[in-house]
Amino acid sequence: MAEDGRNGGNNSGHGHAHTHDHSELSDIELRVRALETLLTEKGYVEPAALDELIETYETRIGPKNGAKVVARAWTDPDYRQRLLTDATAAIAEFGFTGRQGEHMVAVENTPGTHNMVVCTLCSCYPWTVLGLPPVWYKSPPYRSRAVHDPKGVLAEFGVRLPDGTRIKVWDSTAEVRYLVIPERPEGTDTWSEAQLAKLVTRDSMIGTALALNPADLEGAV
Amino acid sequence: MNGAQDLGGQMGFGPIEIEENEPNFHSPWEERAFALTLAMGATGTWSIDASRFARESLHPVDYLSSSYYEIWTKGLETLLLQAGLVSEGELAGGQALEPAKPVKRVLAAGDVAGVLAKGAPVDRPVAAPARFAVGDAVLAKRMSPAGHTRIPRYVRGCQGVVETVHGVHVFPDTNASGEGENPAWLYGVVFRGADVWGADCDPGLSVHVDLWEPYLDRA
Repeated sequence: MAEDGRNGGNNSGHGHAHTHDHSELSDIELRVRALETLLTEKGYVEPAALDELIETYETRIGPKNGAKVVARAWTDPDYRQRLLTDATAAIAEFGFTGRQGEHMVAVENTPGTHNMVVCTLCSCYPWTVLGLPPVWYKSPPYRSRAVHDPKGVLAEFGVRLPDGTRIKVWDSTAEVRYLVIPERPEGTDTWSEAQLAKLVTRDSMIGTALALNPADLEGAV
Repeated sequence: MNGAQDLGGQMGFGPIEIEENEPNFHSPWEERAFALTLAMGATGTWSIDASRFARESLHPVDYLSSSYYEIWTKGLETLLLQAGLVSEGELAGGQALEPAKPVKRVLAAGDVAGVLAKGAPVDRPVAAPARFAVGDAVLAKRMSPAGHTRIPRYVRGCQGVVETVHGVHVFPDTNASGEGENPAWLYGVVFRGADVWGADCDPGLSVHVDLWEPYLDRA
């Protein structure tokens, strides 16, 4: 039990330090534990279902799903067209359906146009293809600036777009969820769909990064 | 409501804290808070709109100084109290003092995959023709409702152009308060950056916002 507090829980993702980190973390740990005990005792939740929910997003639903979708869009022009026309149906071809992906729209980067996705009001994110959002996506620095100064945001992610690039920022204010199709990197003409998927990162599908280049991949391995 | 959650265009929050190889959860309590929120949502006691309103109704200081799963936990406690599923005393003590109230269903482990794969689509049958079409110039209304709304402050009063007609979707403003789904046409509206932020805005910026018909006037 005492383990919980040591496990990186300090990483709450907001910019200012708390002056009483230890006791506050203990408070929230106790609070959540009490809540689970209470809700279980009252029969509203089944602990095994909680485990299954966590397991699902830890192991089965994540950005590898989205990478498969993008890699197919890069290699199969008919699929790309279906994805741009009805993303929900095209993504469902992979069996990726449901929660926080009920109404999907795919937006495509092209030379001269870059897309970036945010939810300024909360943390809306396409779970079916990207899994759960990273802390920065849910935090005030990104949510406040993405719609106003996307170039400044991109610079912090190390992305510099050519001068004159149009930036389209998609604020997920409804239940429509957006997936960015990054540009296919140069030098990948002979690559298979499975190889290409390795170039498609989570951030490239949010629009805060470009797809990796073949050289990046060698560097990573 | 004009709460702390409505962050678009605010300044002073500092740099984005990017974490390499970030895990989904940073601590076991975050896993449990996440799963409890989803499992309680699956009981069908409240809508996703009501749960968003519970989170954004936190005091702005509390909202801005809480991590996201802290916000979820506090929002969940609010919803449980509002629904009468738990009492203040039970929350404080962490044990049941009163009999449980019936809920529509309890999520079983074996049903998790099916429930997630099904999701909860919010599109509804068309009952009236759409007021706007692609290409129409529209004005995001000036409004400051005290309840839940999904029109960000930064577009209110701005002129944009309809670029997508998404269909008829549940209207969150009434659904959050239990006044019904009142499905309404939902549009993708594009705003020029300069029309939202002023003349010194990057000329290449456009902001695309999904807005329901009740939020819009013809320009």
